[in-house]
Amino acid sequence: MENRIEKKFKELKSSNKKALITFITSGDPNYKTSQKIMQTLRLNNVDLIEIGIPFSDPMADGPTIQRSSQRAIKSGSKLESTFKLIQEFRVKEKKIPIILMGYFNPIFQYGLERFFKKCRIVGVDGIIVVDLPPEENDYILRFTKKFNIHNIRLLTPTTNKKRLKQILKYTNGFLYYISVMGITGTKKPSILEVEKSVKEIRKMSNLPICVGFGITNRNQIKNLNRFSDGCVVGSAIVKFIEEFCKGKVTEKKMLTSISDFLANLQK
Amino acid sequence: MRKQKINYKKFPDKQGRFGKFGGRFVAETLMPLLLEVEEQYKKAKKSNDFKKKLEYYFTNYVGRPSPLYFAKRISKQLGDVKVYFKRDELNHTGAHKINNCVGQILLAMKMGKKRIVAETGAGQHGLATATVCALFDLKCIIYMGKLDIKRQAPNVFKMKLLGAEIVPVESGTATLKDAMNEALRDWVSNVDDTFYVIGTVAGPHPYPMMVRDFQSIIGIEAKKQILKVEKKLPNYLVACIGGGSNALGLFYPFLNDESVQIFGVEAGGEGTNTKKHAASLSKGKPGFLHGNYTYLLQDEHGQITDAHSISAGLDYPGIGPEHSWLKEQGRVKYFSATDREALEAFKLCSKLEGIIPALEPSHALAFLLKNAKKFKKNDLIIMNMCGRGDKDIFSISEHLDVKLNQK
Ligand SMILES: Cc1ncc(COP(=O)(O)O)c(C=O)c1O
Repeated sequence: MENRIEKKFKELKSSNKKALITFITSGDPNYKTSQKIMQTLRLNNVDLIEIGIPFSDPMADGPTIQRSSQRAIKSGSKLESTFKLIQEFRVKEKKIPIILMGYFNPIFQYGLERFFKKCRIVGVDGIIVVDLPPEENDYILRFTKKFNIHNIRLLTPTTNKKRLKQILKYTNGFLYYISVMGITGTKKPSILEVEKSVKEIRKMSNLPICVGFGITNRNQIKNLNRFSDGCVVGSAIVKFIEEFCKGKVTEKKMLTSISDFLANLQK
Repeated sequence: MRKQKINYKKFPDKQGRFGKFGGRFVAETLMPLLLEVEEQYKKAKKSNDFKKKLEYYFTNYVGRPSPLYFAKRISKQLGDVKVYFKRDELNHTGAHKINNCVGQILLAMKMGKKRIVAETGAGQHGLATATVCALFDLKCIIYMGKLDIKRQAPNVFKMKLLGAEIVPVESGTATLKDAMNEALRDWVSNVDDTFYVIGTVAGPHPYPMMVRDFQSIIGIEAKKQILKVEKKLPNYLVACIGGGSNALGLFYPFLNDESVQIFGVEAGGEGTNTKKHAASLSKGKPGFLHGNYTYLLQDEHGQITDAHSISAGLDYPGIGPEHSWLKEQGRVKYFSATDREALEAFKLCSKLEGIIPALEPSHALAFLLKNAKKFKKNDLIIMNMCGRGDKDIFSISEHLDVKLNQK
């Protein structure tokens, strides 16, 4: 069985396109609105959807996604409801790959085998466990293999050659290059630095390389896509949700804003 | 079958594990840094120059060795046992925390780092870090929960005097665990020039090991001192547990001495049968937080829950991984004392010994008072008096007033 992620990147490659990957937190600000946002992402032809599993202590996230996580937990978002969200989305949408991104504790407490089995059943294609470095990959390796869930790993400006090798050993689907030294949604990446690193990584791997953290506009994406295979946009989308939560805009307005924003990124 | 004897000095293993606990569960950005800290620490540990420096500052700046004091009136109160206080409250800055700060900051300087970040709960670790940074002219940024800033005003003022920048943390529960999240976030954002000085035996490997090693001067001294005055090992060791650094500091040099029974005392808050406590070992279950696998207070979905204690220094939903392992090995027994019991012990110690203890070690003393009947005459007990009460008098006076009003 071919994983949707591979299929997607093959398609993109053959039509000479780059991936637009978007991130939202499951259940932020609530289940119903998350459903609507997912549909908005789908109707705007994003290539991959990354769904964050909320965690009380998101060590690698900046204030925007921290607040998103807290809103989601408050609204009762749990792994069960995240799986339900995806299952319902998959009724209409069979193609867009879905990646779950989260911290290890909620996954571990759910039960690892149970978690990955459920991922397969509802139609999750890949997983990023932020705080599980390759050294600790044994915890999930058996299950990612058994249930054919891609294990997507983060590479960072601090990753050296030796580590890169080790990381590549446990990665499939695509490589996620973190463009800045730091947390989500705070710093702006230096295109030149990222280009240098991505080129280094290319020498060692044939996997598609997507770039994320701090990406907010079309210009950045254009520049990054000259050498990457796609970009991840997270905090910039979550900010629209935050506006809505603050009561500054209606839900409908938020959804059109997200639509417009995505259309603009893809121009 | 006889249980095989464990050499406790052999842990952690290469992966930073104590049995199944510990390890290194952090985002990739931090991994190369942690490996670097580990490598440099191992080198420093072997270096005579480093050892000499550490010793110099321990003796001349911190004021070590700290006395081992026979607490006569408390002993009597407990029914003619012999309680000795290991008086780390007499250290410069008023707690054991500075032992670790001197060690880590000497290491940071060896690594060429110019900017130090730290988390703090009670403010004791922040104060010790700010102090050593002032001494060595390093930039110092302290993350502190908004709630704790209010509870520990005297320490906040002192840290500012020492030139540290205090960053109030409002995320999450605005206490110690969130301060630790923020300090970790700062570190990943400033990896080139920054060193993160963790204040307890938690965090990712090598921190639990490194902090334990620096703090174990407490136990090394205590062992020498007790052998000198009593000519034998103690029957019992007792210490309070937040993250567990003062406790491991005292316990570690005795772990292989089977005759010594060891007790750790967690913060029972309003009672471990309520939701308001910080007893991770008695009431939590193993999970992943702040880079290691250990007992945590959490809900069934793996979200970390609030800890509660009258003592800001014990208000942490996790515990150092080595303690989790020592618990499962049965080598150390863990109990708890409530806010109320700690307050009573605090008052009693002040009156009977002329020592105003911090709220944290008041928990250890409360445990002894509570269990007085279980000890035999002439039992030899060492309790870690790991901090003095100066920082707590304002918040305690409030608590005592509340009680008066309730009457
Ligand atoms: C005096 C004192 N004791 C104990 C603690 C708790 O930490 P640990 O369990 O690491 O010793 C603190 C923390 O701030 C403290 O200030």
